[in-house]
Amino acid sequence: MSEPRHHTLTVLVQNKAGVLARVAGLFARRGYNIESLAVAPTDDESLSRITIVVDVESAPLDQIVKQLFKLINVVSISELDPRRSVERELLLATVKAEGEVRARVLELVQIFEAKILNVGHTAITVSLEGSPVKVDDFEELLRPYGIVELQRTGRVALPKLDRTL
Amino acid sequence: MLMNGGQALIKSLEMEGVEVIFGLPGGAILPVYDPIIDSPIRHILVRHEQGAGHMAEGYAHATGRPGVAMVTSGPAATNIVTPLCDAYMDSVPMVVITGQVATAAIGTDAFQECDTVGITRSVTKHNELVTEAADIPRVIREAFHIATTGRPGPVLVDIPKDIVDPMNPRSAMEWYWPETVDLPGYQPVTHGDPAAIRAAADLILESRRPVFYVGGGVLKARAAEALHELVGLTRIHVVTTLMARGAFPDSHPLALGMPGMHGTYTAITSMQEADLLVALGSRFDDRVTGKLDGFAPDAKIIHVDIDPAELGKVRRPDVGIVGDCRLVIEELAAVLRERGGLEAQPDRSEWKSRISGWQERFPLTYEPSEPGEALKPQYVLEQLRDSASTPSDTIVVSGVGQHQMWTSQYWGFDHPYTWVNSGGLGTMGFSVPAAIGAKVGKPDRTVWAVDGDGCFQMTAQELVTAAAERIPVKVAILNNAYLGMVRQWQEMFYEERYSEVYLSPDLPDYKMWAEAMGCVGMRVESPEEVPAAIEKANSINDRPVVIDFRTDAREKVFPMVPAGATNSQVVVAESQQGLPR
Repeated sequence: MSEPRHHTLTVLVQNKAGVLARVAGLFARRGYNIESLAVAPTDDESLSRITIVVDVESAPLDQIVKQLFKLINVVSISELDPRRSVERELLLATVKAEGEVRARVLELVQIFEAKILNVGHTAITVSLEGSPVKVDDFEELLRPYGIVELQRTGRVALPKLDRTL
Repeated sequence: MLMNGGQALIKSLEMEGVEVIFGLPGGAILPVYDPIIDSPIRHILVRHEQGAGHMAEGYAHATGRPGVAMVTSGPAATNIVTPLCDAYMDSVPMVVITGQVATAAIGTDAFQECDTVGITRSVTKHNELVTEAADIPRVIREAFHIATTGRPGPVLVDIPKDIVDPMNPRSAMEWYWPETVDLPGYQPVTHGDPAAIRAAADLILESRRPVFYVGGGVLKARAAEALHELVGLTRIHVVTTLMARGAFPDSHPLALGMPGMHGTYTAITSMQEADLLVALGSRFDDRVTGKLDGFAPDAKIIHVDIDPAELGKVRRPDVGIVGDCRLVIEELAAVLRERGGLEAQPDRSEWKSRISGWQERFPLTYEPSEPGEALKPQYVLEQLRDSASTPSDTIVVSGVGQHQMWTSQYWGFDHPYTWVNSGGLGTMGFSVPAAIGAKVGKPDRTVWAVDGDGCFQMTAQELVTAAAERIPVKVAILNNAYLGMVRQWQEMFYEERYSEVYLSPDLPDYKMWAEAMGCVGMRVESPEEVPAAIEKANSINDRPVVIDFRTDAREKVFPMVPAGATNSQVVVAESQQGLPR
């Protein structure tokens, strides 16, 4: 597998109709796929924060960032270095859990400190909130038991706080 | 004061100082057309919405003020997409108002509904669907602010019918005019970074082979005077791109003309051999650079642009300066003056003599026509340019293709804002409506549209508008009966296999067509007739004039950098092909 080229952009935008389409359009017209996207209002309800994970090399990304900043409704934009930011993602999964398998699935849930949201005769629905890496690991370990349905939110992120005095 | 949204819209345009709207009414925009009757704003009724858009562009090019077009929803909105894209590519300040179906009907596939903001999102600097009458003054104020500041561009405002229709209670609003614009995400940088300007001065003072690579941004920034001063201070040669013709006088000894695919040999070659390119409001367009990895291989780059996204988009600058061209040029000139002005510039006599060698060996040239043969297009342009009846500050407007390149090459622009054309998008049919817009903006100036026969057939109906509104533009059709530029490529690169390029010189009959549209029509077939026809056209000022010049279809535009070649592989005119480079 080639070196991952994921970049995380955090874009502060005016909370208005059509802004997400403007942002997404800049990626679409260049043929770049958005890996994940999370949007929600900030504490200031006139603003929303969009967290975009995109798989693209650095040079075109630099151009996209500049083009994004040209959008009138984009207030600020920065690229988050994973080493200098806190990232979280939420996963919901319905996984097969029949008979003796159920105990092993529950064990995984316990190890990862995931939550059980719903229980059926043949499957259970679990949720996990954590770093994208942890969520990836959990998904991978659940997979052999048979994932019926899976939904991930896409990551949200904020820069780490400066601790220098 | 209580108003309806339609009245507020027109009042807002008045507050913005709008003197003319180019437009065509229809169902959704109908209520806005009623208050126009009582407004001092002139409305020019076009025959096709594309015409309204290009007229607004021509007006903006000639005056520097934002052009305004107003059309209805659906097909009218889609018809104005081409001018929006044209204005976006060439950074033309323009505000387009479109009607939209009533808010409750949006999304129901209502009659003449289309997703105008969706369709135009990628061809506007900004667009906005207004959903409340009370928002109209604010949105119009913002639209003009955005269109005219920073890197100029088109802004579209989409207005649903219910918020402007006095019969609908949703249109009622209390009038106000916002004193300020509140756009937290939009603060264009205008002054250059002083450290970068000092670094640019250092590069200039070290350079032995510098060239000023001047683009349309210099005109947009009203920086022609500042540029003149900077050139006086440095004695550095200047190339002006297709979008910058007139920003620096072609008659100046340091002017090298236009660079690029059909630029002068000297402009192309001096950039190619330069050790420093000072890009001022230019954007390293592919038509200028040729094959990018062979472009100006030894040159360091100083790149000045108001749009940060231009710096490094195509070629990474050694010094990038974000800012308004006029301010940055003035700031750069001040630093260079401090450093000793002209005396501090290094000796560049060797470079100058190389440049004058190229100029002597490779001037623009063409073979005059033999008696009895069709006119040479270059000859027509020279006659038009040199006629005593053509004022020196004539505004020249072109379409797209061979005639555009010849006009840019041969006109000799000595004044800013006298050249109007479609550079980035290359929109055939631009010239007739754009010339009308330019003439409306500058009624005291002579305006000549130089058009091709292919282009003319795309938008000629706007001459009806010009005749009806008494806008006396003049049109020179260089009629070679072909889509000439395509023909040239088929001749040179497709083994003379001419596919779908023949148009016929007589169909339509351009003289009769012009007369049918209320213009004076003329036909000119031989060189002796040319001066008199031009003089006659220049003497007519009560209606538009169209001259059908029958030109030689075999004539090609040279020099030419073939697509995919580097600028070092420029093809010169046949008579110059054996000369040492």
